[in-house]
Amino acid sequence: MPEPQYDDRGAIAPTGAGGATDLALSEAETLERPPPGSPLGTGPSGKPRSLWSDAWHDLRRDPVFIVSALVILFLVIISIWPSLIASGNPLQCDLAKAQEGSQPGHPFGFNGQGCDVYTRTVYGARTSVTVGVCATLGVALLGSVLGSLAGFFGGGWDATLSRLTDVFFGIPVVLGGLVLLSVVTSDTVWPVIGFMVLLGWPQLSRIARGSVITAKQNDYVQAARALGASHTRLLLRHIAPNAVAPVIVVATIALGTYISLEATLSYLGVGLKPPTVSWGIDISSASPYIRNAPHMLLWPAGALAVTVLAFIMLGDSVRDALDPKLR
Amino acid sequence: MGRYVIRRLLQMIPVFFGATLLIFLMVNVMGDPIQGLCGQRQCDPATAARLRQEFGLDKPVWQQYLTYMGNVFTGDFGTAFNGQPVTELMASAFPVTIRLTLVAIFFEIVIGITFGVITGLRRGRPVDTSVLLLTLIVISVPTFVTGLLLQLLLGVEWGVIKPAVSPEAPLDELIVPGLVLASVSLAYVTRLTRTSIAENARSDYVRTAKAKGLPCHRVITRHLLRNSLIPVVTFIGTDIGALMGGAIVTERIFNIHGVGYQLYQGIVRQSTQTVVGFVTVLVLVFLVANLLVDLLYAVLDPRIRYA
Repeated sequence: MPEPQYDDRGAIAPTGAGGATDLALSEAETLERPPPGSPLGTGPSGKPRSLWSDAWHDLRRDPVFIVSALVILFLVIISIWPSLIASGNPLQCDLAKAQEGSQPGHPFGFNGQGCDVYTRTVYGARTSVTVGVCATLGVALLGSVLGSLAGFFGGGWDATLSRLTDVFFGIPVVLGGLVLLSVVTSDTVWPVIGFMVLLGWPQLSRIARGSVITAKQNDYVQAARALGASHTRLLLRHIAPNAVAPVIVVATIALGTYISLEATLSYLGVGLKPPTVSWGIDISSASPYIRNAPHMLLWPAGALAVTVLAFIMLGDSVRDALDPKLR
Repeated sequence: MGRYVIRRLLQMIPVFFGATLLIFLMVNVMGDPIQGLCGQRQCDPATAARLRQEFGLDKPVWQQYLTYMGNVFTGDFGTAFNGQPVTELMASAFPVTIRLTLVAIFFEIVIGITFGVITGLRRGRPVDTSVLLLTLIVISVPTFVTGLLLQLLLGVEWGVIKPAVSPEAPLDELIVPGLVLASVSLAYVTRLTRTSIAENARSDYVRTAKAKGLPCHRVITRHLLRNSLIPVVTFIGTDIGALMGGAIVTERIFNIHGVGYQLYQGIVRQSTQTVVGFVTVLVLVFLVANLLVDLLYAVLDPRIRYA
């Protein structure tokens, strides 16, 4: 008797709260491996292309991909060398200029402490990109290792892991963040990243588990098994390359939402703490004065929105390229 | 069906205890509740020790958890920092948040599904592209920014709504906060409905329905929607718990005295009983909502039979 696939369905609405980490998974629903015989197209030389080079072929022609990749490249460059486009010091402030608007040399005006909003917005990119990238790497590594082991071996370990992910899905993310991070006094980004990995891995482990289960039923995996390939070889050489696409897509989209979550936690006062320069902190400290000096809030909020948008759009176009079924 | 419900209920038990234990441990890390009772002053050591014994805080954590759970099942959620029973706080907070969540879900269903159907039937047209872009923008602007901007524009600049919601939180004051709370999920519902409609619009049964001459609206409502809404219903169902938990941000912006407000107060004042109590109820709501969604499958999709 068929049973509803609540385990896989549940993955579309993870713990998220207020949306911050309601990771953009609704669409991952449709994210399945392309059928093995799907028309992958052929290259100019008539050679059949692999899934990856086919995806790359599509991506190069996708304006959404080009724009979002350029925005992300720009963000990465200014988070490594912020002084390229901002000469000032984000922590050097002049109280006499507090809340003043745009001036020559200070295009975005000054914030409540009289710091230059432009410099702080540029320097804030580093924090957001660091949090996003590190949290995503941690979540992807932990989630895909645990998930693929569960999918590959099945049995008791799989059942335990599924129940464990259920437990983590039962806790709203913002709530968990408020409780766990309210004790942290460190002013580095690591507690926030650690928290995101702790609550984020179940989501990716579900995706990885599902796609490993699909991939391991393929004929070539059975053939390799019959030829006596070891578990490690089966997983790494045969299953992983064919199961990794959904993980990459979900992780890219998740990166954007982690950046947004960091800002939300900082807004609630439990995320990053000054003197760390972060868009979330700046938005939070500007929010009481939004009526008199909206520029203090709008610039960092705009930068935050553009960054999150770029990552989500990148993930979106990568998914379209990797999933020929949607075309 | 009956056996299936019983099996799902049994499966809920370990998840419920796991999630509450996790929160219990987190809160235990959170800080000393006795220090929270003394407020800013340093506690008198003798008083602290006596209070510790009175609340059972000198016992190991697992024993505290068992005692607490035992009390919960007799309806005793403990007392908050100000001596008020937590159940009393819940009685005042939950109706407000439930109303807010209902408003949010109403928007999700009405706006999300309408947009989803329109765009799904017109894939690739300008309407589709612009709505898709709009959903991406809504998803990428964090909820607290959307909330602050709407509060500034509608509440302060144009004076359409009151910037802060009164303590009774009547339904009409919750419209804008509900929209803010729903915004991100609304965008997901739109996208999910769109994908689902676009996939099913090409299916055989829709072609048959059209071929036998049914009017267009009947094909959409009776044939296409019924099948396409299954993933959407799942999403909305699992979203109920997320919305109630996520109301913290919205309630903070609009100063609504609901679950999020009480939880925030509980965390700030290190009142473990408040935090654990509210989270326990939220976890329960989340689990029950998931169960109801699974049962709804059978109603929406008669092909599914429960063993």
